[in-house]
Amino acid sequence: MTSPLEQKLKIAGPVVVTANRLRDGAVVYRTLDGRWSNRLDEAAVANTAPAATALLAASIADDISAVGAYVAPVRINANGQSEPGNLRESIRHAGPTVAPAMTPGI
Amino acid sequence: MYLYDELDRTIVAERVAEFRDQVGRRISGALTEEEFKLLRLMNGVYLQLHAYMLRISIPYGTLSSRQLRMLAHVGRRYDRNYGHFTTRQNIQFNWIKLEDLPNATADLASAGLHGMQTSGNCVRNITTDQWAGVAPDEIEDPRIWAELLRQHCTMHPEFSFLPRKFKIAVTAATHDRAAVKVHDIGLRLHRNGAGEVGFEVLVGGGLGRTPFIAKSIRPFLPKRDILSYTEAILRVYNQFARRDNIYKARIKILVHDLGAEAFAREVEAEWQHIKDGPLALDPAVVAEIAARFRYPDYARLDENPPELAQLRNADRRFDTWLGNAVANHKVPGYAIVTLSLKPEGGPPGDATSDQMDAIADLADRYSFGEIRVGHEQNLVFPHVAQRDLAELWRALDAIGVATPNVGLVSDIIACPGLDYCSLANARAIPVAQELTRRFRDLDLARDLGRLHINISGCINACGHHHVGHIGILGVEKNGEEFYQITLGGRADERAELGALLGPAVPYGKVADAVEEVVAAYLELRERPSEKFVETVKRLGVEPFKERVYATH
Amino acid sequence: MPLIKNGRVTEDRYIKILDDAPLPEDGPVIVPAARFLADAEEILRRNAPVGVIWPNNRRVAELEPYLDRVSLVILVFPSFKDGRAYSQARQLRERYGFRGELRATGQILRDQFLFQVRAGFDALDVAKAGDVDAFAAALARYTVFYQPAGEGRIAAARQRAARLAVPAPGEAML
Repeated sequence: MTSPLEQKLKIAGPVVVTANRLRDGAVVYRTLDGRWSNRLDEAAVANTAPAATALLAASIADDISAVGAYVAPVRINANGQSEPGNLRESIRHAGPTVAPAMTPGI
Repeated sequence: MYLYDELDRTIVAERVAEFRDQVGRRISGALTEEEFKLLRLMNGVYLQLHAYMLRISIPYGTLSSRQLRMLAHVGRRYDRNYGHFTTRQNIQFNWIKLEDLPNATADLASAGLHGMQTSGNCVRNITTDQWAGVAPDEIEDPRIWAELLRQHCTMHPEFSFLPRKFKIAVTAATHDRAAVKVHDIGLRLHRNGAGEVGFEVLVGGGLGRTPFIAKSIRPFLPKRDILSYTEAILRVYNQFARRDNIYKARIKILVHDLGAEAFAREVEAEWQHIKDGPLALDPAVVAEIAARFRYPDYARLDENPPELAQLRNADRRFDTWLGNAVANHKVPGYAIVTLSLKPEGGPPGDATSDQMDAIADLADRYSFGEIRVGHEQNLVFPHVAQRDLAELWRALDAIGVATPNVGLVSDIIACPGLDYCSLANARAIPVAQELTRRFRDLDLARDLGRLHINISGCINACGHHHVGHIGILGVEKNGEEFYQITLGGRADERAELGALLGPAVPYGKVADAVEEVVAAYLELRERPSEKFVETVKRLGVEPFKERVYATH
Repeated sequence: MPLIKNGRVTEDRYIKILDDAPLPEDGPVIVPAARFLADAEEILRRNAPVGVIWPNNRRVAELEPYLDRVSLVILVFPSFKDGRAYSQARQLRERYGFRGELRATGQILRDQFLFQVRAGFDALDVAKAGDVDAFAAALARYTVFYQPAGEGRIAAARQRAARLAVPAPGEAML
């Protein structure tokens, strides 16, 4: 299985790198200063394949903080902020779309 | 239910200690994620979209009230106050933290619960009929054999790194409620011509990307040989199945590629070497395990006590529930009660911690402290006295688990789907929720009769859509969710895969399409007693297809 | 790569001859399966121990005729997920009665040591030096085993049977 680093990254628009925090599994995004944040608006945005590859490589190397890093699309809104770029990322960002019937305590 | 002895408790305790060490080594960085992933999977710990998920094994779907209370506690202490019961009789918690897992697993172990082998390429939870031990059509309790196999396959030194996961199911009733024909190994306890009880052995069933109905490779295997024969099957599988492609690594592919007969020959050849060795089951060994299965001290009660008939006449809601959720028991004066975890608008198969505690208390009062988990994601009280049914019903109704939709159109089986699962392509739960709203009319549901809707959010088919009367498979097309619909699948002794209805429909149209299918059935059935699957069998999908796609 | 044999780090006295080079006159050698089978009698005529590396996708039954003259069989774990060598090991030990050194090589995690020992391996080529220290601890991780394997640990069923002969104190309800 080719590692994400060996695969030639092709991106179709702005992307961020996202992963799950090791200790608690929370959704996190890679920041410009090499941290992991659970805020999408703090995520470093890459607009070219080389930039995305570099961001991803740094993220994968940091597997003590977060796991399963990959490149995810974002949409930039009118205010210049990143929003999740597909349904899966929307769900990761905002949580399950199921009605609150069984999710008290969130 | 089975009582752990010191040996069983020790294994679980040692596993907890080992996992604590492994988690520590991961958090410190001594283990990479690649190395740790294998180890955490062996303890049922997945990484999902939002968080880790812990899958806890409920061997053959049997729980004590004490264990159910422990699950409630885990939900409260370490998760978000609810759990999800799965199509393999297990339970999942969706928000567990890795750093909490050592303590959570220790808590679970104190009640004899664990996540061992609920994931990974090993033998998974061995499932059976949720009515095992109490069903009138059963010849003996299949759980004793499930337990013998469970122990044999737990941390087996040879079979812990199989090509892929391995699922075994056992049935002992004429009506197969365990779906043995869609398992890697299906075992059917039955009586042969000479009156002896033994196993029919089926292999190579499975759903997923390439669904297959299992092939019978041995019509009758004496009980004595069940461990050695299973060992032979596993050894052939371990050595010869493909490992180059995860989609071709299940035993169903090996059986298909070799052909059932050639596969059976390999198994028999291997079995010849070991059949009289230490795995040959001594009746004393079986008796020892069987002795630790405790059965209730049933009272001598009358069938249909008069209070029951009285209330049936007086209370329509009770009567409806009785006719739907209560089944005959092999002991006179008793009943099997199904607790529906499919309320209108609810995610199928979920229960809150509060509900779990309440159910545990009711189990103590009305079911000798025992609960079962069914693969259709409902719970069962296996030992309820008929004279207690009215009181029990009121209590179940008060906690929201008495919806009289068991086996009906709104008793939907669904995987967690894209709302939770990192493998999914599309959501399943909201589709199920919408369908329960569309079919909230219980009179209609009763008129439709037995109708299983199964929804999977991806081709891995954890919702068992291939064998749904109406099967729904979520796929992704150009970033949008679409759903393929199949009709006429069955998971029972007449197991069959559903037939594709037509082109996939978008998320917003799935409920409409299902309503059209149901409307078509009502028009096409020969008489009200002709079940949905029978109508599909008789007519094929064409008339349904016309109806569904005409309005699109 | 450290070799653990019988619980202790050991010098590997065998020399691997993985190509067609002529075998040294004396001294223990390891040869790959294909070469061994092509030249078995010739190789075994040497007055020194012979070891064979056996691939994990080949039936060990082919090696059976030579097992009483081979001193070492090496089985391969190409990935820690690939468990074929466990089946091979058990057959060598339990079915064919192989008594020589049975060595595991390839990708092995310390969390698998116990499985390997139970399957019949008595020597492990480990990847990480740190795993050597973990070996003893790894083996002590579990004291109860459900299934009989050829390595002599008593399985639960037998312990229970032995216990039945003596009345046990009441066991706690689950």
